Amino acid sequence: MASTSLHGASVGDRIFRLATTAFALSIPLLLVLLAIDVAAAAWPALKTFGVAFLTSSRWDAVDGVFGAAPAIYGTIVSSVLALLIATPLAVGVAIFLSEFAPAWLRQPVAFLVDLLAAIPSVVYGLWGIFVLVPFLRERVMPLLADRLHLGGTPLFSGPAYGPSMLAAAVILAIMVLPYISSVTREVLMAVPRSQREAALALGATRWEMIWGAVLPYASSGVLGSIILGLGRALGETMAVTMVIGNRHEISSSLFAPGYTMASLIANEFSEATNDLHLSALMAVGAVLLAITLVVNVLARWLVWRVQRQGQA
Amino acid sequence: MTAAVTMDLEAGTAPGGGVTGTGALTVENFSFWYGPTQALFDISIDLDPQAVTALIGPSGCGKSTFIRSINRMHDLLPGARGAGRILLDGEDVLDRGLDVVHLRQRVGMVFQRSNPFPKSIYDNVAWGPRLNRRPSRRELDDVVEHALRRAALWDEVKDRLRENATGLSGGQQQRLCIARALANEPEVLLLDEPCSALDPIATQRIEELLWELKKDLTIVIVTHNLQQAARVSDRTAFFYLGRLVEHGPTDQLFTAPREERTEAYITGRFG
Repeated sequence: MASTSLHGASVGDRIFRLATTAFALSIPLLLVLLAIDVAAAAWPALKTFGVAFLTSSRWDAVDGVFGAAPAIYGTIVSSVLALLIATPLAVGVAIFLSEFAPAWLRQPVAFLVDLLAAIPSVVYGLWGIFVLVPFLRERVMPLLADRLHLGGTPLFSGPAYGPSMLAAAVILAIMVLPYISSVTREVLMAVPRSQREAALALGATRWEMIWGAVLPYASSGVLGSIILGLGRALGETMAVTMVIGNRHEISSSLFAPGYTMASLIANEFSEATNDLHLSALMAVGAVLLAITLVVNVLARWLVWRVQRQGQA
Repeated sequence: MTAAVTMDLEAGTAPGGGVTGTGALTVENFSFWYGPTQALFDISIDLDPQAVTALIGPSGCGKSTFIRSINRMHDLLPGARGAGRILLDGEDVLDRGLDVVHLRQRVGMVFQRSNPFPKSIYDNVAWGPRLNRRPSRRELDDVVEHALRRAALWDEVKDRLRENATGLSGGQQQRLCIARALANEPEVLLLDEPCSALDPIATQRIEELLWELKKDLTIVIVTHNLQQAARVSDRTAFFYLGRLVEHGPTDQLFTAPREERTEAYITGRFG
């Protein structure tokens, strides 16, 4: 009697284990298949243009010449710029919520910040076109170029059209802020009380405690949250497409329109009539996939290193 | 008494049992509340410089609450409040106008669980001195070495000051926390069950260390371990249910307690 029930349990266990193993393996398999598919479809374009696909700025569907450099440049610059804007804000919000906010304010503010992540991308884009872009064109760009006399520098030169790299970066910053902020908040709240007490007992002010003990303890988590934001920014399509201006040109000025890889694919896949054009778009997709993979691997490695520094 | 204390302060000598030196603590009618719950009732005791005072008593009797009041660690706790006076060299530490940062530099604290920062050994000890002064590299090296020597840790770590403190053994970590507190040159050292997570050998090293340190510090130690209190302390105070039942020289309290409850506790009839 006892032995049969034991036997039954072990069969059930085996089936369960097989099933979960299959589920677990199916996801990496899907990723591998997807990567292979994209790479195969991208191959004709990559073979035709070689390195020039990554370095050339000429994207001409009529002549069948494709160079994706402006889109690659635009993706990286808009994302990095977005992080530069969003990180201090998001970490500031997280510090306020975890360390300073009175209890009655903490939940509502945290909820509203998290809600930013729930707004559909296209709504951000619409707001970007009708509110953010005019605001940048009429207030911020003149302020930067004329009032602060930065118009002569490469970063802020040229006419203020409105749709621009700057607009894309600002909208991306707003979109990634809740991700960075909510992960950072969780990480800060997880810093043990003993660490805070150690700092306070040594005569630290509240600010010195946060800066000298809480943030260093949480550094690997904060770094992880920034990378999470970067991953979001790299792939964001809709809102960026609506405000970046979509022009195949690399310009040093943030006031100039640009392009991103995701926008390029979204704008052209429906018009891609010949095989080479379609393959070129697939190649852009492959590059985007590769960049996000590299960023994620790099992020894991960074977080691991910081953790090791912290705990080994 | 109050008048005498003030005058002593002006004359530059410390009150408290007539012992000269800094770091004398005089507690007068101190009570403490966590919100509506009263945790301490009318505590009055002198904590002498150059001596170890052990606080004993069953769990929840207020020992930790009391010790944490001395360096105002309750400040961040909403609803916590104290009444009465705790005088450090004649100055009331409960005074709202008091500079808490300065107080905590004068009154170091070591916690139940060692809590080194996940930084290098050197940076742990240098953390306090770096806060308010801007010491030169050379000065800082001296401060770190001196503090580690006083905490009897120097010989074990001098060759790996740059390594992470979390790689040290439990006993070493706790001595590092003592060194970190000492680097601020405090006058008072508060220890909240510093050995409760340590093995007997590590415990013995810390007890020997306290014996050395008390030559120039006021040491107050909370302990659950009666043998430890008997070994390390000059005076012992017995807390029970938020009240200071009895305090006096350690040998007297352990051999001839005045109060029945003290006797019951030290002979193991409750606790």
